[in-house]
Amino acid sequence: MNNLFVYCEIEDGIIGDVSLELLTKGRSLATELNCQLEAVVIGSNLAGIETQVFPYGVDVLHIADDKRLDPYTTLPHAAILIKLFAAEKPQIALMGATSVGRDLGPRVSSALHSGLTADCTALEIGPHEDKKQGKIYENLLYQIRPAFGGNIVAWIINPDCRPQMATVREGVMKKEILDPNYKGVVNNLNVADYVSDTDFAVCIIERHMEKSKINIKSSPILVSGGYGMGSKEGFDMLFELAATIGAEVGASRAAVDAGFAEHGRQVGQTGTTVRPKLYIACGISGQIQHIAGMQESAMIISINNDPDAPINTIADYVINGDVATVIPKMIKYYKKNSK
Amino acid sequence: MSLNILVLAKQVPDTRNVGKDAMTPEGTVNRAALPAIYNPEDLNALEQALRLKDKNPGTTVTVLTMGPFRAAEIIRESLYRGADRGYVLSDRAFAGSDTLATSYALSRAIQKMDKIDLIICGRQAIDGDTAQVGPQVGEKLGMNQITYAEDIQLVSENIVRVKRRIEKGVEILEGLLPMVVTVNGSAPECRPRNARLLMKYKYARIPNELQAADEDYTKLYSSREFLQIGEWNVNDIVAEPIELGLSGSPTKVKRIESVVFQAKESKTFTDSDTEIEGLIQELISNHTIG
Repeated sequence: MNNLFVYCEIEDGIIGDVSLELLTKGRSLATELNCQLEAVVIGSNLAGIETQVFPYGVDVLHIADDKRLDPYTTLPHAAILIKLFAAEKPQIALMGATSVGRDLGPRVSSALHSGLTADCTALEIGPHEDKKQGKIYENLLYQIRPAFGGNIVAWIINPDCRPQMATVREGVMKKEILDPNYKGVVNNLNVADYVSDTDFAVCIIERHMEKSKINIKSSPILVSGGYGMGSKEGFDMLFELAATIGAEVGASRAAVDAGFAEHGRQVGQTGTTVRPKLYIACGISGQIQHIAGMQESAMIISINNDPDAPINTIADYVINGDVATVIPKMIKYYKKNSK
Repeated sequence: MSLNILVLAKQVPDTRNVGKDAMTPEGTVNRAALPAIYNPEDLNALEQALRLKDKNPGTTVTVLTMGPFRAAEIIRESLYRGADRGYVLSDRAFAGSDTLATSYALSRAIQKMDKIDLIICGRQAIDGDTAQVGPQVGEKLGMNQITYAEDIQLVSENIVRVKRRIEKGVEILEGLLPMVVTVNGSAPECRPRNARLLMKYKYARIPNELQAADEDYTKLYSSREFLQIGEWNVNDIVAEPIELGLSGSPTKVKRIESVVFQAKESKTFTDSDTEIEGLIQELISNHTIG
């Protein structure tokens, strides 16, 4: 009772990285709280799945195995968690801030009348004093997340309702095996006790890969390349940097005209006007028509081997150097420092 | 086949277009510098509703928004684009609501309406980015849900086919109505205002906006029903006060830290490892990235 639960996502028999990262974080929080770490896996053909989760320090693994439970649909997975949580009364429940976790979490929190904080970037344990009611709470989960479009960081707590629920994006927490020989207990759930046939009112007709359209306008971070990137291949490292820090890739007109990038990525008067939170201009000299399309960005970083490039005059940070040297270093040091 | 569609829409501060004046020198959010806009993904949701209306004659599109009186602007913007009617849910008792208290209030308002076949809303609002209100409204009303939708088609009297955008690609799902569908920003953009509808609804108001109106307008307003936007408060929706506002919100904000954009003076770095790592650490620690 009152343990820390992690809902584990599974795809083709493999537990998702985001879930393993949450198990790692969950283990250290559970140890700090002196409670057990419990995991829930819902899917089909789950024989042997415990070998994937026990090394992360899981004490109890709840398994719901039924062919109708894979792939994920909302109501059956929600029904299982709602009933399981109502019985086990977890103090904390964590899930990935993925298309699954963000579909499932609110449903469960609403049914249990508990608080849920989406997209946390840090989770900590600490006390809280409610001065109005003169109450002191010990060992609450601080759910720390950016809010207001990333302009503030909020510490959210759920003083009275349980479980304290939070979702976390993939890659935010680090994944680390506690002990390869760690052994927990398996609890096989009788699926029929948890779901009814009417929960399967949505069925998946098909799933396939499909590229999403480029949308440079709504991305809070834009990594933009200019003619100085040298080639279409040169843009590959921009895509790698963008994927690493969660950004979209833009381009100057010169780069688009040279065929380095599609027109849909063009920033500037003849392309799209953007105002992201952070604009990283890579090998862009900064012609007036380009600057007109991005000068309202909240923060501008310019990477250029020409110290006198016009864009440097409006940049908050200027890195004097070659893009081919600087960008791989940025990727490397982001990965090193982000966890 | 005709549907009774409800669109949930929110008026939000435009946090996407954060310019340099959006933060005060003290590092707090300068709300006055951020215009109030129609939450972008709610516009994508409205477009899906209007497309269903185009294809299925007899379909009605109602828009519900919760917020201060000025949120009536959201209803007008919806009417200009083809919605049939709208309601503003406004009361001081809602102040401080988290997603759970908000979805409770919305669900009470929805229960007051005629039977709804399909609720469509944006996946998330840009001021909170939680993506929770849609599913929570669905749970409170006992309705099934499909999130991250890009396209909604009615395939038979009570079945919708929804294309949803997830991390690795797309999923096509079919589900029974009634249903809540949340729409992703990758769905088609909303159509522009229609000039004829703009003329028709330009003076549509909620009762609270009438106070400043002159006699001529008041006469016009009472004789033309389409100018009357619905306005509901806590009594109209028969809500439990304890479930609203701060008392109905399990989550509390313990503290807020501003992300300070220190701009103006530019800093110059070389391409050495130490300097680049230092810059990255600074960007991570002030939450610019990561």
